[in-house]
Amino acid sequence: MSSAAKHALIDPIVDENPVTLQVLGICSALAVTTSLLPSLYMCLALTMVASLSNAAVSAIRKVLPSSIRIIVQMTIIASLVIVVDESLKAFAFETSRELSVFVGLIITNCIVLGRTESFASKNPVGLSFLDGIGNGLGYSLILILVASTRELLGSGTLLGYTILPTLAEGGWYNPNGMMLLPPSAFFVIGLIIWGLRTWKAEQVEQPEFRIHEVHRTEAF
Amino acid sequence: MPEPKPTPSAAARRESVARTLWVALVVSLVCSSLVASAAVLLKPKQVENAQLEMRRNILEVADLPEGAGGIEERFESIEPRVVDLETGAYVDDVDASQFNPIEAARDPNHSVAVPPEIDVARLGRRADRALVYLVRRHGEIHRIILPVWGYGLWSTMYGFVALESDGNTIADITFYSHGETPGLGDFIDEPDWRALWRGKQVFDESGDVAIRVKKGRVSADDPRARFLVDGVSGATLTGNGVTNLMQYWFGEHGYGPYLRELRGGTES
Repeated sequence: MSSAAKHALIDPIVDENPVTLQVLGICSALAVTTSLLPSLYMCLALTMVASLSNAAVSAIRKVLPSSIRIIVQMTIIASLVIVVDESLKAFAFETSRELSVFVGLIITNCIVLGRTESFASKNPVGLSFLDGIGNGLGYSLILILVASTRELLGSGTLLGYTILPTLAEGGWYNPNGMMLLPPSAFFVIGLIIWGLRTWKAEQVEQPEFRIHEVHRTEAF
Repeated sequence: MPEPKPTPSAAARRESVARTLWVALVVSLVCSSLVASAAVLLKPKQVENAQLEMRRNILEVADLPEGAGGIEERFESIEPRVVDLETGAYVDDVDASQFNPIEAARDPNHSVAVPPEIDVARLGRRADRALVYLVRRHGEIHRIILPVWGYGLWSTMYGFVALESDGNTIADITFYSHGETPGLGDFIDEPDWRALWRGKQVFDESGDVAIRVKKGRVSADDPRARFLVDGVSGATLTGNGVTNLMQYWFGEHGYGPYLRELRGGTES
């Protein structure tokens, strides 16, 4: 594998993670991560859509007029999302009910359009495909971390199997109900970003402005 | 990965109106055929899933004795019957296992328009016959499961109401298909909310449909508490949709005549 391919595939997982570095795709990360299984399907769906739409956009990048660039990208993404959504309804019916609209909302997931616009429209097909997979995996990594934390602390289970027996089932674990509510996903993602930027300090953003300190001498 | 810059003439050609329209047309054609073929190829599997989901919901409210076996197997013990909605009598010239009241509503020969003034559930038309499911225990009717549907905020909500053998007390309720707001209007399929329906009464003393979803919480000392179910704030219109479909389906144009017949004890 050439070094460019390796970068396209590996970089988005930690160094340029779409969720933690670019803070994209947060809405679905909040919505589907109350348990692990739907999150895994969501990851699969997003990775497929991101890689295939990247490949498709890249394949037509030389004939694509710039005036209709974005709408063509959206059309391709939307078509792929519908195909994925229909397939889930056919082959993973229960999970597709849990995911409800959130598979459809991949269309508006900034990660997908962000990659087709910033990467696939300037790079060859193979590389764009790998970039899509890489970004999908980066998104998946965060989603799996968040979903595992939320399901484990919120319900005491992982993939439905009991890990921490809850009080209601005669065990000792008192589940943290807040973990099942959307804000907890913010907290978990925040902690992950904190941890990651402590480990890799170069990911810390420069402040956009500094608060100017005013020393008032007059009384109001 | 720097790309060689296209020559100015190539770039100009790429941006021309004709090229733009051409690319738009080809992309639309390819994408629409992709979507259409996915929809067509996956349809049979999806229909099968939807059917299974419907049966699973019927079983959920049927209160069958605990037993092993798959959905199809357990569904065997439930007795589907076709009912003439106008007279309220059972009809035996139609195969109940093949009858679909939702599809039949589209057949102009076998359906009637719902008069606008009573069409609170916004059905437009309904079939002149309906499908009910009877659950028997020791030969006696234990539960009557009635399909109901109607418009909520965004979507048609499809569900079942299971009545006790008195044809008035609600034993259970379930919605198996709807497109209400996720996280808000989708409370209608949550177990906690469904549990509120158990033991409620459909008809009041004068025989009118009294069951409804109240705005807010129902207080226990409300004299009409047995006809009222808690609504969910922020999802009032979905709750109203449920009230409306109850009003319609238990009214004179819906299952009213059938349930009267049933209560009259002339059950065949």
